[in-house]
Amino acid sequence: MNGMETRAKELLDEALHSGHGACPGCAMPIILRTLFHALGEKTVAAITAGCFGTISGTFPASPIRIPAYNTPFPSAGAAGSGIRAALDVKGDTETTVVAVAGDGGTFDIGIQAISGAAERNDDYIFVCYDNEAYMNTGIQRSSATPWGAWTTTTPPSELKVQPKKDIVQIMAAHHIPYVATASIAYPDDFVRKIKKAQKIRGFKFIYAFSPCPVGWRFPSEITIRLARLAVQSKIFPLYEVEDGERYTLSVEPEGIPVSEYLKPQGRFNFLREGDMERIQENADREWERLMRRF
Amino acid sequence: MKKLLTGNSAVSLGVMLCRAEVISAYPITPQTTIVEELSEIVADGRLKARFIRVESEHSALACVAAASASGARVFTATSSHGLAYMHEMLHWTSGSRLPVVMVNANRAIGSPWNIWCDHSDSLSQRDTGWVQIYCQSAQEALDTVIMAYRIAEQVLLPVMVMEDGFFLSHTSEGVDVPDQKEVDSFLPPYKPRFKLSPQDPHTYNIMADPSMFINFKHDAQQSMEQAKKVIARVDREFKGHFGRGYGIMGNVRMADADVVLLTMGTVASTALEVVDAFRKRGKKVGLCRLRMFRPFPAEEIGKILSKAKKVAVLDRDNSLGAGGIVAQELKAALYGAAKKPRVFEFIAGLGGKDITPEDIGEIFDYAMSHPGPNGGPVWMGVKK
Repeated sequence: MNGMETRAKELLDEALHSGHGACPGCAMPIILRTLFHALGEKTVAAITAGCFGTISGTFPASPIRIPAYNTPFPSAGAAGSGIRAALDVKGDTETTVVAVAGDGGTFDIGIQAISGAAERNDDYIFVCYDNEAYMNTGIQRSSATPWGAWTTTTPPSELKVQPKKDIVQIMAAHHIPYVATASIAYPDDFVRKIKKAQKIRGFKFIYAFSPCPVGWRFPSEITIRLARLAVQSKIFPLYEVEDGERYTLSVEPEGIPVSEYLKPQGRFNFLREGDMERIQENADREWERLMRRF
Repeated sequence: MKKLLTGNSAVSLGVMLCRAEVISAYPITPQTTIVEELSEIVADGRLKARFIRVESEHSALACVAAASASGARVFTATSSHGLAYMHEMLHWTSGSRLPVVMVNANRAIGSPWNIWCDHSDSLSQRDTGWVQIYCQSAQEALDTVIMAYRIAEQVLLPVMVMEDGFFLSHTSEGVDVPDQKEVDSFLPPYKPRFKLSPQDPHTYNIMADPSMFINFKHDAQQSMEQAKKVIARVDREFKGHFGRGYGIMGNVRMADADVVLLTMGTVASTALEVVDAFRKRGKKVGLCRLRMFRPFPAEEIGKILSKAKKVAVLDRDNSLGAGGIVAQELKAALYGAAKKPRVFEFIAGLGGKDITPEDIGEIFDYAMSHPGPNGGPVWMGVKK
């Protein structure tokens, strides 16, 4: 317990202050606090449209203590490269550059610029917080929305019938030096991965799972628990991919049934008979496919 | 040193002389050779800069805007569809008050596909908050790039320098390339008033609510107004340093001109020949080449045209349903003027169609032989 208390105190020295406008129980500010805490003060952040952009302050107040630059929706990948280049040309190779985007800004409208920056292997960290839909505009489906989920654009009569885009494989296929998945339910692992990424030169992609009480329809006090259930049910495996080929599992999941993760979430209330089994089968199949890469 | 240079090459050398620190661009005809030459200039160490070979124009401008916000002097270049693709970032860059300098090699926008010159690409971005300057020669393009950084860094608004695609970008002429020392004394290193820095952390471009948003736009408007004076002053200083000046517009044979041709870009060179030929025949014609389009020199243009009886506006662009964009702007500027010439409107040279001396002669003849304009713009060279 003593160790935990120490870490809790350390977290008080953080770069995201209260006063941000995130919804109660939102995972994103926890992701950002962990991220900024791990990176330290010598960090510049690029922020794109999305939940983070919306809560990054209303003039003249900002909850962010590190220098941060908002850039339009599709351009987080390009802005990260520009900031890195400017710092480098001025002789500052020490300051870390991090670009942060949601699943829209990463999987969909932002993927072109991110793929470009990854292919160039530009030296910065890209962090995606995935809340599995366009939450900032009011829960519209994205390519990160899982099969069978309700959103405001996939109503109960027409639930999402496509699987989630496999962004980790897409990024790993760029053969960038470091790709890692991260969860707020495993903060030590999260911090370790950020610090590891910070030491590696080149493009680093951190993929953080971001449960959303409003969009996923769950009570705001179970955010961390849901994040843990996602890992333990193999829905969101925690692992690293180095140079596109060396896979390391970070947490061995217990393999609990996916229903334990799905049932607390109202967005899965419209599943029909057999759907739960289908999701379980798919999770098992995806896990096996992933394990073959290790 | 005098060199034989294309417009694009003159621009590239201008950017080198300005010691741009971060360059990012995506190739598009007819701008491409700027990207190519700057890549070489950076690769062989003539310019200590980072060149980021992005995957699109949207990223090119997003990249240099972020680099500018981080305190670097930056450059990008594009044309046509590339400029259109940057549209969101054009607004963002001026809204962020970043002194980005861009060269646009003017090219028509499809559909149908067309790679040749007209001004519809940059004129359709007139409301994005960029200073816009249109050049007539490769020398002017090089010189204007150097001036652009002084202007942008003074008023904290981005500057777009236009050169006509192919007519200027790809044709060679003798260009006096200034010495690095001379340029350094005219253009000191960029000292940003604000930049992304861990020593002084701020969050840039956050939400401005309805009570504040209008203030940001009003501040930018005032800076754009101020840009008029800054552009004129920088031009005078440039002349002091290098012996060449261009003014905010180029006026030829205007003192006693009854009929004036108003246009932008390289067609002014052709028009000058025609003006001289008409003068030899005793016709009192003049030429006004608009160089600074944003901010629009409404007062100045009203003044210079106050003695003319007629002005023929030659637009190398068209706004569907409204007519030539330069003509619209001119008519708005003249609305409050005490003495207003009759405004004749001509649309010509779209998609690179050559505007010949005969075309310009026809325009003058039309304006001289008609008491006033007859309805909407006259379209030149439309096949029957």
